[in-house]
Amino acid sequence: MTKLDAMDFRLLRQLQADPDLKCAELAQKSGMSPATCWRRLENMKRDGPISRFEGSIDWTSLGYEIEVSLRIKLDKANPKVFDEFFYEVRKIPEVTEIQTFLGRVDVRLTLLARNSKHYRELYRDRILALPFVSDIEPLMLISTVKDSRCLPI
Amino acid sequence: MPADLIELDDIDRRILKLLAENADIPTVEIGRRASISQSLAWRRIQRLKECGVLGKRRLIFENEALGFTVTVFLGIRLSAKGSASLAEFERAIVAIPEVQVVQQVLGIYDYRVRIVARNLSDFERVLRRRIMALPGVSEFEANVLLSEERRPGPIG
Repeated sequence: MTKLDAMDFRLLRQLQADPDLKCAELAQKSGMSPATCWRRLENMKRDGPISRFEGSIDWTSLGYEIEVSLRIKLDKANPKVFDEFFYEVRKIPEVTEIQTFLGRVDVRLTLLARNSKHYRELYRDRILALPFVSDIEPLMLISTVKDSRCLPI
Repeated sequence: MPADLIELDDIDRRILKLLAENADIPTVEIGRRASISQSLAWRRIQRLKECGVLGKRRLIFENEALGFTVTVFLGIRLSAKGSASLAEFERAIVAIPEVQVVQQVLGIYDYRVRIVARNLSDFERVLRRRIMALPGVSEFEANVLLSEERRPGPIG
């Protein structure tokens, strides 16, 4: 990766503040020509540090009223625990995130459900059926106060 | 089901799936991959945006390339839970630049927080100087993120 300079950082700061900015607006805000802006962006997409742009889906507008964070401890006696657990988890469409951790929690899942009845069904029929689970702690989302992937650059 | 919910068809679902993964794909390419014309793809994307299903784009960095090698999730429990103290806590925590996500939750913790740091000693600094200085924090638990996988969700 080529070393980033002050102009690249200026671009990145503008872009993380508003990722929907068009190249022309971005160029103007960062004080460079659109061509320079475009070239620098392309370089940073190709060589890093820009990984990608994700679209966000508002699941509530699609009828998913409930989001629960499931903190899971696995029974790690078997070396295949993670592979088999992941294999089964990926079959549950309502799971939108799978994270692994070092700490008291091994795996965390984000689970969506239409309503509490749907959540109960998913929990009982799909989550409790997952292999090697030794403990589950659910945290139900009440509100999202901040949600970004911005870095202090 | 409430009447104001948006009904998606297969084309919408395919478009959403593509854009959720990579919001940078040109409309032409979306059309090609969803087997529809570019103009239809454009109209569908506009509709998904207008009805709020498709939200703002989000820039995802390769954190390591910018020197941020550690992501930690904190579960935080507050001691006092009056609405004034919640508001004060929230105002203070969202202002911390290393804090990416703050969610109020119901369960053994009151808040879930996602924090980035350059390394573990940088994380210790954020924890001691910033998080532990927040008003009302009584207990917290830290888990270091090892891997993360985003799934398309129930649109498939």
